[in-house]
Amino acid sequence: MIDVHNITKRYGHHTAIDRVTFSVAKGEVLAFLGPNGAGKTTTMRILTCFMPATEGTARVAGFDCTDHPLEVKRQIGYLPETPPVYQELTVTEYLTFVGQLRGITGPALTSALDKSIGRLELGTVRHRLIGNLSRGYRQRVGLAQALLHDPPVLILDEPTVGLDPKQIIEIRELIKSLAGSHSVILSTHILPEATAVCQRVVIINKGRIVAEDTPEQLSARLRQSEKVSLMLKSRPADCESKLQAIPGVLQVLPGQGGGTFLIECELGRDLRDELARVAVMNQWGLLELRTVSMTLEDVFLQLTRHEDHSAEATETTVSMAPSEKTDA
Amino acid sequence: MTPVQAVIAKELRIYFVSPIVYVVGAVFLLIFGLLSYLYVGFAGAQAIQLMQMQGGPAQINLNDLVFRNLFASMRIVLLIILPILTMRLFAEERKLRTFEFLLTSPLRINDIVIGKFISVLVIYVGLVGLTTLVPTVLMLFSDFDWNPIWTGYLGMVLLGALFLSVGLFASAVTENQIVAAFVSFGMLLTIWLISGLGSLFGDTPAGRVISYVSYMEHYDRLVRGLIDTSDLVYFGSGLVLMLFLTHRVVESTRWK
Repeated sequence: MIDVHNITKRYGHHTAIDRVTFSVAKGEVLAFLGPNGAGKTTTMRILTCFMPATEGTARVAGFDCTDHPLEVKRQIGYLPETPPVYQELTVTEYLTFVGQLRGITGPALTSALDKSIGRLELGTVRHRLIGNLSRGYRQRVGLAQALLHDPPVLILDEPTVGLDPKQIIEIRELIKSLAGSHSVILSTHILPEATAVCQRVVIINKGRIVAEDTPEQLSARLRQSEKVSLMLKSRPADCESKLQAIPGVLQVLPGQGGGTFLIECELGRDLRDELARVAVMNQWGLLELRTVSMTLEDVFLQLTRHEDHSAEATETTVSMAPSEKTDA
Repeated sequence: MTPVQAVIAKELRIYFVSPIVYVVGAVFLLIFGLLSYLYVGFAGAQAIQLMQMQGGPAQINLNDLVFRNLFASMRIVLLIILPILTMRLFAEERKLRTFEFLLTSPLRINDIVIGKFISVLVIYVGLVGLTTLVPTVLMLFSDFDWNPIWTGYLGMVLLGALFLSVGLFASAVTENQIVAAFVSFGMLLTIWLISGLGSLFGDTPAGRVISYVSYMEHYDRLVRGLIDTSDLVYFGSGLVLMLFLTHRVVESTRWK
């Protein structure tokens, strides 16, 4: 449905995206993941024909973005970073305008309007001026606009920004429900969102794709050891050496609490049974024992950090502000 | 409904929800009314003087004393007021990020430019239409020739349309509305002053070419009651040129 081949975009001497290649099948939901300024928005703007690529080709539903922009635009529902709403119009007026631009008229427009308003629960505010609505409502009006003409391709730039946790879950459910019938690309820097709704993740950093796979496979691929978290009632002096002595244990890292440890084991070995036996035998007071799986967050940081180190050793690594890591 | 019609409807709706049209309209009509009152007052004073000199009823020409002066004064009023009306057209869209939405909707840049121009032209023509109340009221108390008044109105509509197209262009080059208003004001004033430069050269070919570029002599002829095709061509081509340049500027933002 979407085919991007080797696209590059340069602003003067600055290269915003560099030879990006990926594709999205029909009905697939793809997450575009990356720190701010990685090139997510630029890629989306090229796909929506807002700006042309410096090099490379982008095709949507078989139409080339440079040669047939009007056809491409008809296939796409696009929600930019900032919801593109007119403050002086009411929700209904605005969506009517959007429908008219899309060539929907008469009864078809009325039903599209009702469906879109219903889907995003805008019924109570449909006759209010958008300028008087809260950020969350505006975001939903923006989404309603993208969904209005039921396009086969949806491009959503950070669709859950500004929403409260309940709304975030609703919007994620909505996006999930679109999978199968619609191809969706959504950009986000909220990692759990990508895990929650997407079948495939493209991680982009400094304009280059650094990884592309399912969320599970990505974490599996980058995992170098099995990790087990162990919590004991106290911290006996000899426990570290005894744990280290278990065959298969690579490293024992003391945790922050009194009796917590993070134990790295050889890849492919589950040592929980053995660890439990040692702890019980020595009467350490075993409180908790669980495997630690690598989250997408770790994957992301590892990948982007690796890139940074190899590219520019002096530059600090990508960090994500804690406030942005909202998980619903 | 075509995309152009949708754009016109949306622009008109926004104009009438926001206070711009009411404020600009009120000021425009107030000044037109005030100028009419002043010129009629002067004409009255002149008539009384003439009566005293001649010792009998005097004939004065309202076309010359009132309407020509009135239309000539409107140039400066339009120059100041119309940039305020056009400044938001593109600048606001860019500021509020709806510009990206328009350019990713399935409509041509021409549709956007023409839709926006027509919407503001409709408002302007509506305001000019309201001013016909002045000659209509004067008709009840005096006698004058309507033909030069119609050509004067034609001149005002053409001059206003040209100003609006310059304003539309200025609005497309920036996302700051104040800057947009100032740029169009500056451009219009410059084109005005070019006529002064033309008269410096006198009746030489260079002087005639420079004078032709300014809207002054073209507008003056219409106000005097002359319809010359060269003047109509001037306004028509100026308008098309500005709309074309606006199109290019909007298009070029995609490449930046």
